[in-house]
Amino acid sequence: MAYQAKLRVWRGDATAGELQDFEVEANEGEVVLDLIHRLQATQAPDLAVRWNCKAGKCGSCSAEVNGKPKLLCMTRMSTFAEDEVISVTPMRTFPVIRDLVTDVSYNYTKAREIPAFTPPEGLEPGEYRMQQVDVERSQEFRKCIECFLCQDTCHVIRDHEENKESFAGPRFLMRVAELEMHPLDAGDRVEAAQSAHGLGYCNITKCCTEVCPEGIQITDNALIPMKERVADRRYDPIVWLGNKIFKRNGA
Amino acid sequence: MTEVERHNYDVVVIGAGGAGLRAVIEARQRGLSVAVVCKSLFGKAHTVMAEGGCAASMGNANSHDNWQVHFRDTMRGGKFLNNWRMAELHAKEAPDRVWELETYGALFDRTPDGRISQRNFGGHTYPRLAHVGDRTGLELIRTMQQKIVSLQQEDYRRYGDYEAKLRVFAECTVTELIKEDGHIAGAFGYWRESGRFVLFETPAVVLATGGIGKSFKVTSNSWEYTGDGHALALRAGAGLINMEFVQFHPTGMVWPPSVKGILVTEGVRGDGGVLKNAEGERFMFRYIPDVFKGQYADSEEEADRWYSDQEGNRRTPDLLPRDEVARAINTEVKEGRGSEHGGMFLDIASRLPTEEIRKRLPSMYHQFRELADVDITAEPMEVGPTCHYVMGGIEVDPDTAAATVPGIFAAGECSGGMHGSNRLGGNSLSDLLVFGRRAGLGAAEYVESLGARPSVPDAEVTAAAKRALAPFDGPEDGTSAENPYTLHTELQQTMNELVGIIRKADEIEKAIDKLAEIRSRIRGVTVEGNRQYNPGWHLAVDLRNMLLVSECVARAALRRTESRGGHTRDDYPQLDAQWRNRLLVCQTTGDEPVPEVDVEAREQQPMRADLLELFELSELEKYYTEDELAGHPERTA
Ligand SMILES: Cc1cc2nc3c(=O)[nH]c(=O)nc-3n(C[C@H](O)[C@H](O)[C@H](O)COP(=O)(O)OP(=O)(O)OC[C@H]3O[C@@H](n4cnc5c(N)ncnc54)[C@H](O)[C@@H]3O)c2cc1C
Ligand code: SF4
Ligand code: SF4
Ligand code: FES
Repeated sequence: MAYQAKLRVWRGDATAGELQDFEVEANEGEVVLDLIHRLQATQAPDLAVRWNCKAGKCGSCSAEVNGKPKLLCMTRMSTFAEDEVISVTPMRTFPVIRDLVTDVSYNYTKAREIPAFTPPEGLEPGEYRMQQVDVERSQEFRKCIECFLCQDTCHVIRDHEENKESFAGPRFLMRVAELEMHPLDAGDRVEAAQSAHGLGYCNITKCCTEVCPEGIQITDNALIPMKERVADRRYDPIVWLGNKIFKRNGA
Repeated sequence: MTEVERHNYDVVVIGAGGAGLRAVIEARQRGLSVAVVCKSLFGKAHTVMAEGGCAASMGNANSHDNWQVHFRDTMRGGKFLNNWRMAELHAKEAPDRVWELETYGALFDRTPDGRISQRNFGGHTYPRLAHVGDRTGLELIRTMQQKIVSLQQEDYRRYGDYEAKLRVFAECTVTELIKEDGHIAGAFGYWRESGRFVLFETPAVVLATGGIGKSFKVTSNSWEYTGDGHALALRAGAGLINMEFVQFHPTGMVWPPSVKGILVTEGVRGDGGVLKNAEGERFMFRYIPDVFKGQYADSEEEADRWYSDQEGNRRTPDLLPRDEVARAINTEVKEGRGSEHGGMFLDIASRLPTEEIRKRLPSMYHQFRELADVDITAEPMEVGPTCHYVMGGIEVDPDTAAATVPGIFAAGECSGGMHGSNRLGGNSLSDLLVFGRRAGLGAAEYVESLGARPSVPDAEVTAAAKRALAPFDGPEDGTSAENPYTLHTELQQTMNELVGIIRKADEIEKAIDKLAEIRSRIRGVTVEGNRQYNPGWHLAVDLRNMLLVSECVARAALRRTESRGGHTRDDYPQLDAQWRNRLLVCQTTGDEPVPEVDVEAREQQPMRADLLELFELSELEKYYTEDELAGHPERTA
């Protein structure tokens, strides 16, 4: 059942690089990451790749397989024909460090720009009460393993370096939505979603949702509802004013 | 002089898993400047993989639960070898640590009255594990990661710089701790990305580097688990205890080969899943050991009733502590009742409706469907033991987490004592929170109490750099070139086969010989390429640590001539009361990257009387010697 698979792997660094062809053994049940590891052990000891859990839980092994954003540890070899040449390349949206490893610091920068959970006043630890139905919406977003594949695929930044400054990307717009929908978060996040995190750039193409390995409905459940809240707020000056006053009093 | 980037911090936390992050939060909140260093990207540490939950006796699911019950369960699970003070602090403080996470934004699953839901797990008397489906570790790590971001945001408002007082050094590996006059003065490492060196000048380090599973072939652990913290502490002069106790989780995946070892959460059994052999028998009823007789159901009917009525029935033996279940599976397979791929069957499909399985165990559903083409709502899973957790670790003071070397603190999986000879599921995540916080506090207090800070001797830095770069120099005189991947495979094979789940003197001795051979060959390890993100080089450096901790495991395992928890000797199959209170302490001498290991036996402090009285004399008699119990109130009365 073992066969020689054909892999075309991008190798290089920030300055230059190229696709290199390899033939490497593939066995029953294996995933692309297994083959990359076999390459390291037998032919290319310094081939750079990130991984940790090998079970789709940590979001480290993100790359592009035949041009599609994928987790290498969850991409089964059985999904390809045995004679197919499989290309493995680094995520395109982020600068290459080496081989399949990219500089994903953009994501950590964006994470830091989103104001943290704001605990409700007057509740001590142990006094939080929330219903399961109410936490479920945010729980869906908290399944995110931060693989950044959605960020990689989103056309707003995929070939538009210039938009990175003002666009947080689907992962972090979803974080805003998560906090907004948290039953006990005391912050107000609607206005900033648009003005600070670039929600307006998103034209709901759903590409992010399609690549999410956790199957999170990023567009339908996070981005569109946030857009609706922004729209409601903007068209309803009373609500907007009310919020302003509330904020000022609360501060 | 070697080119090194220098940084200065009050406290440097090595490791960004649950223990490390909680330590960072505590030390920063005490006003200190803190660096956190980790080998992977931020948020990817092993803690992220924890599935089942975090044990804390909040009493939300059963109001009879309290810290005393949790304490008793923990001591029983560890077969009374645990450091009882750690077990006490852990049981008492875990609920507060979990509730605190809610104030950082965590969203645990809820009970109908809106509190944190708790689930059953092996060895826990009551439903005790706070959880989020089967991705609890992800929730823990993300919550603390986000808390750290919020502390950085506060610093930004105050100082105009997110990193003014708290900085994450991700993909940075620490290779040496540096001392001056016996005190910690700094930590030395390299950036994985560029291979360039970095020096942290600091009076206090918190080791929170996790486990050692990568020394074994079949493991649920990732590449990070190379025992770095264990080795750093040893080489700095601290002691490791309980290294012979390695937990083999009973349920790892067994098929296909490429996923062998990947964990199947105990939550499957906690939620009703049962183990069956190839004949369809629920075999665990035959494996209730004497010490647990009377505490577990002895018929399928009672076991099944227990899920809904815990007052009137005893729990199912499917939920015995892990060491018992792993051994039982091992025996069943050996005696020819294994599945096609040498495992047992874990059946949830016939026990819960499809909907319920997908809701409670979404990531198990996903994992089996994607990686093994198995639909767990329709067919049983094939499972077998996998190396999962090391009970052994750095010896610390229970209250302050201080190791014996001034300036070293340790918490989480790399510390030892808390779990005795066997850890209960769910007790690790709570351990991380309780002792991560205590280590942060301990380090902060130590730093505040210091007069002058030790300084880093230049010669040490030069030596550290030289050791790190040795694999690029080619083989030393008299050795031939070795491939790090090949040596690693041989090491894993040796540990798995000869110092694995069932051990024997002659096999362990064979392992020690093999380790000696690897030790001589390791000096020949040679790597190709340059220093930029070079996994071959990284492995070459980590390999030394794996070898060192493997030696500790093997040598301690040879010394302990009894079977207890995560240490099973075929040639000494019984629990021996003479060994119960005896710790094996590993230490090293010499300045080599892989120094010689020395094992010494030492008695632990006897348990405080008020804690001892929490147990019935009849139970203690199963573990203790007659002499030890002479002073027990039930005896003297
Ligand atoms: C699959 C799986 C499921 C589990 N499920 C549960 C569960 O349900 N409940 C439970 O209680 N426990 C569970 N456990 C156990 C528990 O997850 C671990 O014991 C725990 O997460 C360890 O946490 P830690 O903080 O000690 O270390 P980790 O989270 O492993 O973090 C170690 C950190 O140290 C860093 N590090 C290591 N070496 C170096 C170095 N040389 N330089 C710099 N940084 C370094 C790493 O990069 C990492 O950031 C599970 C374990 C596994 C593997
Ligand atoms: S839906 Fe919005 S965020 Fe998602 S990929 Fe499309 S534009 Fe980007
Ligand atoms: S939302 Fe999905 S695709 Fe995006 S980072 Fe999270 S897990 Fe990955
Ligand atoms: S290695 Fe963790 S998601 Fe692939």
